[in-house]
Amino acid sequence: MWSALRTIWRVFLHLFEKKPTIEYPEVKPKLPPRYRGRIVLTRDPDGLERCVACYLCSAACPVDCIALQMAEAPDGRRYPAFFRINFSRCIFCGFCEEACPTYAIQLTPDFEMSEYRRGAMVYEKEDLTVDGQGKYPGYNFYRVAGLAIAGKGKGEAEGERAPIDVRGLLP
Amino acid sequence: MATIVVDGRPYEADPARNLLDVCLSHKLDLPYFCWHPAMGSVGACRQCAVKQFKDENDTRGRLVMACMTPAADGARFSIADPEAKAFRASVIEWLMLNHPHDCPVCDEGSECHLQDMTVMTGHNERRFRFPKRSYVNQDLGPFVNHEMNRCIQCYRCVRFYRDYAGGADLDVFGVHDGLYFGRAGDGTLESEYAGNLVEVCPTGVFTDKTLKRHYARKWDLQTAPSICVHCSLGCNVIPGERAGELRRIRNRYNREINGHFLCDRGRYGYEFVNDERRVRRALAPHGPDRSADPLDPNEAIARVAPLLAGRVVGIGSPRASLEANFALQTLVGPDRFFQGISTRDKRLVDTALALLREGPSRAPTLHEVERADAVLVLGEDAPNTAPRLALALRQTAGVVPRQAVAGIPRWHDNAVRELIQDAKTPIYLATPVATRIDDLARRGQHAPPEEIARLGFAVAHALNADAPPVGGLAPEVAALAEEIAGVLRAAERPVVVTGTSCGSEAVLRAAAQVAWACGAGLCCVLPECNSMGLALLGGGSLDDAARALSDGDTLIVLENDLYERTTAADALLARAGHVVVVDHLAHATGARAHTLLPAGTFAESDGTLVNNEGRAQRFFQVFAPSGHSIRESWRWLRDVMNAAGRAEAAGWHALDDVIAALAAARPDLAGVRDAAPSAAWRFAGNKVARLPHRATGRTALHADRSVHEPRAVPDPDAPFNFSMEGAGVELPLPAALVPRFWSPGWNSEQALHRFQEEVEGPLRGGTPGVRLVAPGAGPIPWWRDPPGPFRRREGEWRVVPLHHVFGSDPLSMLSPGVAQRAPAPYVALAPADALGAAVVVTGEGFAATLPVRVLPELTPGTAGLPVGLVGPLPAVVEVKPA
Repeated sequence: MWSALRTIWRVFLHLFEKKPTIEYPEVKPKLPPRYRGRIVLTRDPDGLERCVACYLCSAACPVDCIALQMAEAPDGRRYPAFFRINFSRCIFCGFCEEACPTYAIQLTPDFEMSEYRRGAMVYEKEDLTVDGQGKYPGYNFYRVAGLAIAGKGKGEAEGERAPIDVRGLLP
Repeated sequence: MATIVVDGRPYEADPARNLLDVCLSHKLDLPYFCWHPAMGSVGACRQCAVKQFKDENDTRGRLVMACMTPAADGARFSIADPEAKAFRASVIEWLMLNHPHDCPVCDEGSECHLQDMTVMTGHNERRFRFPKRSYVNQDLGPFVNHEMNRCIQCYRCVRFYRDYAGGADLDVFGVHDGLYFGRAGDGTLESEYAGNLVEVCPTGVFTDKTLKRHYARKWDLQTAPSICVHCSLGCNVIPGERAGELRRIRNRYNREINGHFLCDRGRYGYEFVNDERRVRRALAPHGPDRSADPLDPNEAIARVAPLLAGRVVGIGSPRASLEANFALQTLVGPDRFFQGISTRDKRLVDTALALLREGPSRAPTLHEVERADAVLVLGEDAPNTAPRLALALRQTAGVVPRQAVAGIPRWHDNAVRELIQDAKTPIYLATPVATRIDDLARRGQHAPPEEIARLGFAVAHALNADAPPVGGLAPEVAALAEEIAGVLRAAERPVVVTGTSCGSEAVLRAAAQVAWACGAGLCCVLPECNSMGLALLGGGSLDDAARALSDGDTLIVLENDLYERTTAADALLARAGHVVVVDHLAHATGARAHTLLPAGTFAESDGTLVNNEGRAQRFFQVFAPSGHSIRESWRWLRDVMNAAGRAEAAGWHALDDVIAALAAARPDLAGVRDAAPSAAWRFAGNKVARLPHRATGRTALHADRSVHEPRAVPDPDAPFNFSMEGAGVELPLPAALVPRFWSPGWNSEQALHRFQEEVEGPLRGGTPGVRLVAPGAGPIPWWRDPPGPFRRREGEWRVVPLHHVFGSDPLSMLSPGVAQRAPAPYVALAPADALGAAVVVTGEGFAATLPVRVLPELTPGTAGLPVGLVGPLPAVVEVKPA
């Protein structure tokens, strides 16, 4: 008898406690920026594609859900001719983000990706690319890489000396 | 055998080898850069440092470079010694000071020796805070990409290009830390072996420019063992495919043939596989504009099958596999099977085969050519017809002087080169025009084929009195013959190199006569990749086919463009009632077809090719072509036979059944069965995986079409899966089944030593391939009828076929880079014959106005015409001013 009353009392007290349940979808949960949700492709500070199509994300992917093809633009920049993520296979492990040497591929706190058709879960480059720099602002791979592109010749990258003059004999 | 101690464990060692070589042969991990198995040691990079101890009581030891240290008996070393490890880590750190932040955009990534060695030494952070060095790149032509910032100054490129391949236009420039490896200015690398820089360079300075247009990482490439189809040598290659497109060709080590290197025609000639001119659907062209709707494969078969009730004539091809040709031979019967080559070519190839079979001389492998101590080249322009053979001859040049070197180990490359200077193995060349290996020759002769043959017969007579003499020789030629005979007689391992390229049977016979007279090897270059196989199979020439073809007969043409072979192609095709062409490319013959069946290229089918030494080698399908239309040529022929109710092919379910039928029909070719393990071969119940275990994108690559993963295509023909599943290359696979070279920690092709018995030895389990041609045991069949001297006739020019490494092979000409390197059509004339800047050349149905190229060495009365660039060549032409 006492035990039953105590239980009822306790249940009653819970009415005044803070509610952990969130009324999703009316109320959106507040997720940290490093939450591993929907994958995006970001742009560099100049607004150009960050992805250089190095294939490291697809190599790191444990479920092999990333496929791409490298292409080279006339200005010397490399970019993915296509970049496809099959989100119906993705396990949101974030390995691709860790592998990315240019901060191009990033995971975002968006997780609302339900679809009725699995085909709709296949995202192409146009679906993945966002306008901003994401979590790593300011990084521009081509500024530090040795590869020459239009507007940045040899020796003009950060921390690079002017090109060697092969015909110079001075020590 | 000596015993050395490494880290306290004894190892067997050959004291003639260096320590690095021995460590790698024992599969020990020891980083290195400048050492290359084919090029020896120079000790430039200091990366392979190990500790050497005086005796078991010595605890301090001293650092030595493994590549410069002989593996002497009883020597004690340590790879794991902390001081040696720290030294190696420092060397890598120094090399990486200036290495650019390029790995994501570098084509070498995934197979970079520098990456592997950096990981092996444990270096992972750049502590140097100062700016990096940079260089301006050069445009090196259509094949090789240059990115000089990545250079680590190991000198491998110039050692290969200049010392090994005899090139002159790549060099090292500059001083101190500004060394520059490149050309004096922008421009195409001239050497036809320049593509090997891609594999020789341990990092990404030289990369494959054709791969860059459709790049894929090594871990994504589907590969299978294959054979090059661009000349008769049968070099072993590794084609790599991704997403239905052939991406590149890499070298597949075969000690007896290509070793570590390929020529650029073989490496870059692959692009016809992806070409727009490919036939991808069965077609039945009709009407004046030859328009055609694609046919379903079954419709196409149903269209052809009823024709088998009538008379059918079959034309095979020296670029189709033995199995495909055999299937056609079965379909039409041996009497109506023809080889699809001109009468002249057939006579040449048949002569070559007869000489190898009836005479006592064995056809040497390229490895044996590389070790010869005297060479006579008769009539063959090897750098253009069989470039890998010319590269082998360049190594032969060093054999005799190197033998004489005493007190310096053979692997001590720089020291040996300094000592021998320009000394060379005696090599004699007699060719119609100058070749790019003339610099190797002690003496030589540029003369018309008859004169070359006469020189050969004279040498044979000087060597062996049983060989008939040659009358009316010029005194200087007789003296040259005596000199050559003297050298060949004194040699222990002489080799005679000849071939069909100058179009003369007399030259072939003369070369064989020399080889027989002195017991030399007879290396005979043939026109195409399966010329030997087709000659073994038999069948008449195209002229015989024209005679056998009655009006209204059905004509089946297998992987062959008759317009390249004969000027009478039009007449032949017009007489046939129904022309069926089975080919992978749309060409002039295909345009005349009533039914066109899409065949698989070498990368989409399996089969056997027989190379110039008579070695049958299996090539395996690299990828399954998309759609259901493209199938192997033999499968089309089988399906047609089965649909027509013929019994012969009823049991041909897979390639092994065709090979079994071939072996049953032709016991002399039964060796083909053993060219590679059959499709039933398994490793612990598994087939071999064509894809590396790291291949990516499996669930996304096709997801734009369907999210359901496609089933792996079953492969009944080969012990391989079109999948990542199955036995990997880390397992002890037979040499004929190794689809790529990779080992944990060794991602680049430097992993090769893990697949060899020992460094520079054969692949584990022995060299793949089976010899089908053996020398005769009977008396020497001397040829008693040497030709008379060349005599010029008024108003007549003898045609000398001139071959071009880029241009004379029609398949490789579909690669844009190869086409760019090919010359424009021309006629070569002696200075006395050059009638103007352009001349009209006519004869035997041939007529063209061609620009004149003056060749001083050409004999007046002969005219050189480029093979493959001006259509089928006549034997004699008339030259008039334009």
